[in-house]
Amino acid sequence: MSESKKKTQIKDFSTNIYDIKNKDEYSYKSKKGITKEIVEEISEQKNDPAWMRDFRLKALETYNKLELPTWGPNLDELNMDEIATYVRPKTDMKSSWDDVPEDIKNTFDALGIPEAEKESLAGVGAQYDSEVVYHSIKEDLVKQGVIYTDMETAVRDYPDIVKEHFMKCVPVSDHKFVALHGAVWSGGSFVYVPKGVQVDIPLQSYFRLNSPESGQFEHTLIIVDEGASLHFIEGCSAPKYNKVNLHVGCVELFVKKNAHLRYSTIENWSKNMMNLNTKRAIVEEGGKIEWVTGSFGSKVSMLYPMAVLNGANSKMEYTGISFAGHGQNLDTGLKVVHNAPNTSSVINSKSISKDGGIATFRSLERVMPSAKNSKLSVSCESLMLDNKSKSDTIPVSDIRTEEVEFSHEAKIGKISDEEIFYLMSRGISEEEAKAMIVRGFAYPISKELPLEYAVEMNNLINLELEGSIG
Amino acid sequence: MSETLLEIKNLHAKAGDKEIIKGLDLKINKGEVHVIMGPNGAGKSTLSNVILANPEYTQTEGDIILDGENINGLKTDERARKGIFMSFQSPKEIPGVSVTNFLKYAKIATTGKPVKIFEFKKELEKNMEELKMKPEYANRNLNVGFSGGEKKKNEILQMLTLNPKLAILDETDSGLDVDAIKTVSKGIKMYSNENNGVLIITHGTKILQGLHVDYVHVLVDGKIIKTSTGDLANEIEAKGYEEYKK
Repeated sequence: MSESKKKTQIKDFSTNIYDIKNKDEYSYKSKKGITKEIVEEISEQKNDPAWMRDFRLKALETYNKLELPTWGPNLDELNMDEIATYVRPKTDMKSSWDDVPEDIKNTFDALGIPEAEKESLAGVGAQYDSEVVYHSIKEDLVKQGVIYTDMETAVRDYPDIVKEHFMKCVPVSDHKFVALHGAVWSGGSFVYVPKGVQVDIPLQSYFRLNSPESGQFEHTLIIVDEGASLHFIEGCSAPKYNKVNLHVGCVELFVKKNAHLRYSTIENWSKNMMNLNTKRAIVEEGGKIEWVTGSFGSKVSMLYPMAVLNGANSKMEYTGISFAGHGQNLDTGLKVVHNAPNTSSVINSKSISKDGGIATFRSLERVMPSAKNSKLSVSCESLMLDNKSKSDTIPVSDIRTEEVEFSHEAKIGKISDEEIFYLMSRGISEEEAKAMIVRGFAYPISKELPLEYAVEMNNLINLELEGSIG
Repeated sequence: MSETLLEIKNLHAKAGDKEIIKGLDLKINKGEVHVIMGPNGAGKSTLSNVILANPEYTQTEGDIILDGENINGLKTDERARKGIFMSFQSPKEIPGVSVTNFLKYAKIATTGKPVKIFEFKKELEKNMEELKMKPEYANRNLNVGFSGGEKKKNEILQMLTLNPKLAILDETDSGLDVDAIKTVSKGIKMYSNENNGVLIITHGTKILQGLHVDYVHVLVDGKIIKTSTGDLANEIEAKGYEEYKK
């Protein structure tokens, strides 16, 4: 009877997205490493305006001055001298999938992007290595003044608005990797939703890193103007290589007065990826930012979306799940700063670890003296599927006013043999029983994910229940 | 005449290193209702858990035969699919899985056939009404936040839905008020027929009221030391186990 305990394995994510590996073809690939010459070369390749070129070089200076973080997962395996920071695919940006080169198009087909675009999205951006290869937006949104394009086009066509916002939410001096991003950023999406416009159907950008020993540094800048609303989805994946790849994206979100932004991320990098991403939102009076995050891939992730609640009555909601399997160290969480009265934040995090994976939830909740009558609620739960895996929760609260309502709940547990026995006593196999428990654990989060990703997540946990139900 | 449903021969079983069941024999024919009574620690719950191959317990000797087939070595889920069901003393809470979905899935798992959704729902609604369960429980997470009584009724609901060959009720009546015990008894009556068997493990006789009990067994120190007809239950209720302990 004891051998039955050992047998169960919950399958990894459907591996096909890691197996599609195109030939490393490009029209330009920078030398490996990070030097002034390389940054200048990238700037020239990208045809930057002078201000952006200067910006990059200043960021590089900052990068050289800053130290690596002294906390969190070990980053020793990352050697910047082995990473090519810029890879231009062998195509420029297209507005029709038919014009995208066959192998690149096939990759996005396999990821279901063009299909999702037809069925459930109002606009799509697709980045391949360092550049966006496809962008589209529905005509009626264009008529309402919504802008959704790649970041390079935004720098060229909307210089004032970009200058006003670019790396103002996340300053280059924030940490070493943000400085690196400032120096070599490429690609990403720019969204502007004008006052009062409700974008009812989501926009989605998808990032694919195909080139081995390279990095992806896309920049996403979203401005949701007063009273407007938007749901933005970003997805990312890469084929698996033996050597380390690097992802250092930066996401800056400006949520204006009474605006609403839901930002969903499904991160599904291959397990040779160092994912060191920075995301931040500044929320003005009455505005609301919702983070929905699923972290499933990468070798190491350090990802802590931050919300700065600058206006009275502004809100933040964080709903996140991470799934750390063999060889993965997912260090995720969030930061929130309450900077005005009557602000509220709700944090709901779950993590699952198995086969020696490490899942850490780290949070910082800061309530400034001005943020009277604010409310915070933090709930984090971890489920370990075996004795080899690790889970930790490290919440830090820095509350500088007494007039605040704060609740905190943390639970770390192992999958329970009694629960498995209970389900098996109803004829359910051990593997299916475990999957059912894990799916149930994840359900409050997975139901918030965009549908196709929720389905994929259930596949991940091997929860596609056999037999036809209903 | 009657067909044997369950036969247990010379069963020995351990919980950890400790031997709890020490040579137990039991035979249940189709159509019969059996009751096992016994003092705390006699091995009643161990017996029901061993019949379902709970990995916390080890069967060290003996045979368990269901419907003529030796099921020694089969895992819990396999035994359940052969038709054994147990109503748990402490049913587990499973967040994120609704009662309906769970039952649907368990039904598919035990029968190996797809369920017809409309009939399934109709039957579920009917059974819930009979058990005085509020309809909204069908959509609630399995046992999460249920009271003790609601959990036990939900066990009986599962029994009625899965319709096993053998139903073991492990102290289903403990901690329940009179009305809830009546509802549980009603559920047993609805389930019981000439093709299946019931094994009730209990401390009290309230659950037996209105049921036809064929045999009562007294379990002491891992062995059945007395078997008699239904009246024995009343006698034990009145006098206790003193005379069986030496």
